[in-house]
Amino acid sequence: MSANQFKSPVVRWIDHRLPVFSMLHHTAHDYPTPKNLNYMWNFGSLAGLSLAIMIVTGIVLAMSYTAHVDYAFDSVERIMRDVNHGWMIRYIHMNTASFFFIVVYLHMFRGLYYGSYKAPRELLWMLGVVIFLLMMATAFMGYVLPWGQMSFWGATVITNLFSAIPYVGESIVTLLWGGFSVDNATLNRFFSLHYLMPFIIAGVVVLHIVALHRFGSNNPIGIDTKGPQDTISFHPYYTIKDVFGIAIFLLLLAMAVFFFPNAMGHPDNYIPANAMQTPAHIVPEWYFLPFYAILRAVPDKLGGVLLMFGAIAVLFILPWLDRSPVRSARFRPLFRIFFWLFFVNAIALGYLGGKPAEGIYVILSRVATAWYFLHFLAILPLLSMFETTKPLPKSISEPVLGSSGRSA
Amino acid sequence: MLKRLFVALFAMTLAGPAMAAGGDVELQKRDWSFSGPFGTFDKAAMQRGFQAYREVCAGCHGMKLIAFRNFSDLGYNSDEIKAIAAEYEVQDGPNDDGEMFMRPGIAADRIPSPYANDNAARASNNGALPPDLSLIAKARGNGPDYLFSLLAGYKDAPEGTTVPEGMYYNAAYPGHLIAMPQPLYGEDVTYLGDADNSVEGISSDLVQFLMWAAEPKMEVRKRIGVAAVFFLGIFVVVSYMAKRRVWADVH
Repeated sequence: MSANQFKSPVVRWIDHRLPVFSMLHHTAHDYPTPKNLNYMWNFGSLAGLSLAIMIVTGIVLAMSYTAHVDYAFDSVERIMRDVNHGWMIRYIHMNTASFFFIVVYLHMFRGLYYGSYKAPRELLWMLGVVIFLLMMATAFMGYVLPWGQMSFWGATVITNLFSAIPYVGESIVTLLWGGFSVDNATLNRFFSLHYLMPFIIAGVVVLHIVALHRFGSNNPIGIDTKGPQDTISFHPYYTIKDVFGIAIFLLLLAMAVFFFPNAMGHPDNYIPANAMQTPAHIVPEWYFLPFYAILRAVPDKLGGVLLMFGAIAVLFILPWLDRSPVRSARFRPLFRIFFWLFFVNAIALGYLGGKPAEGIYVILSRVATAWYFLHFLAILPLLSMFETTKPLPKSISEPVLGSSGRSA
Repeated sequence: MLKRLFVALFAMTLAGPAMAAGGDVELQKRDWSFSGPFGTFDKAAMQRGFQAYREVCAGCHGMKLIAFRNFSDLGYNSDEIKAIAAEYEVQDGPNDDGEMFMRPGIAADRIPSPYANDNAARASNNGALPPDLSLIAKARGNGPDYLFSLLAGYKDAPEGTTVPEGMYYNAAYPGHLIAMPQPLYGEDVTYLGDADNSVEGISSDLVQFLMWAAEPKMEVRKRIGVAAVFFLGIFVVVSYMAKRRVWADVH
């Protein structure tokens, strides 16, 4: 649609000089989208909404928060008690953080199941992994800000990890701390970075969407769209479907915020930080638990750190580990079995990360960690060589089986 | 399949912290008036809880996040709040001579803590620090049940357990050896009227008061929550119908 097709003369006047309306029209209306997307494709828009909620509530919280070790805890309680609706804004911020991770994990598992990382969407996937990494850093620093016991000890444990790096480790830790222990300087720089990083995430999200729009969404069948009969315009079809997803998301979020606001937090974080008293079990927020389990599965500190970061690094190179030309698990019977094994294993890792590192839990963590890496580094490459895939349909609109399936 | 697995995952993450607080301690599960989406505080019980706090706990435990003005939540009117505040001595200053001075409390003051600082508190309590109680009901796993069980959990140590000097045996305390002496024996507080002042009665009142102190906005939170869930429930139905309608011609 060209600019002069807009109805409103004001819009036409503006669009002629600043083509924002054409751009919006191009990205939302003219954007052809596969018509067979299922509800697993709702989580991208929900992740975007989560980011927006986090930024808005976060900016408001920052107006009443004091980043100082002597005042941080009490300033948060002041928000909870004396700031008008401060309790609501904080509980929304706290719980949306968890929901953000739930939504992003589902978004990632969808990508894994339907092969959304495969050519030509490798960079789209990798930008997603960058967003995930930035989210983890942001969430970690945000959890430090209330300066409760878990804030302090979580920060101590996680920043100390970097000391395992040979030669430069100690210097990196000092740089993170801004001194020689987790203290006021640490809290200040974490607050500064916690405020900055969501905007960097927003920037990478823009790149993520630009990369998405280059080839359009993958779809449950995993074959390319062959023409207009396979696609529908994003608006109104997927905008209304996203609105429905958002309604369900907000309903669940409201239930958590108003009825179970602390269910996904840790009671110890309502105890002010105390450098002299270590909590019985230091556990990170639930969304870090799988990676925490991997970290603790290795008896060697450097080895644990390397494996933990390796667990995310394998996601970066995933498009080159799984070389099977068939994207969707629907047509990969063996891959599908291994996907669900991987999924159960990931949940097991999360469970083990929340358990004390002793006895049977250590052994199980090691098995689950080994399986995590085995899945990416051995099973996926081998499957792409030896798996016999089912025949693919000719097109989305004509899901009749094609002539023959591909086999290795 | 997928949905069920995620429900399981969700339930597991919820159970995690709660189980971590468990161990071999005995928790008595009770029905609290403030549980559930429609739960509210019991104002009469909170007033009794405040009385019990003041007469039994306040000698060692502060509640520094609570201001007297907050007691309107307990059902006190402003005159009663002023009267309660005036019963406390609060440090103010410096005055024009540069001196700190004591004056009767006003509604805007916070409850004065019993000790000037943590070191003074430790010095008076055999080295143990009595925690501030403002947030205690949220700072322990299963807070209300835990606090109730703790207050009623003093027992003779089982055979084979040696209780060191200055420590006490408590069935609900993690590790069972607690530095706080048994605070309640029954009839420790004389209530107006015929309210139950057994150990269980007073403990229950204290839990009401402490839960309110930790989460003073709970009632308004749940009230807004019911409205929000109702509204969003309608939003879900309407948006689903709209989606069905828009998609009717796609096949």
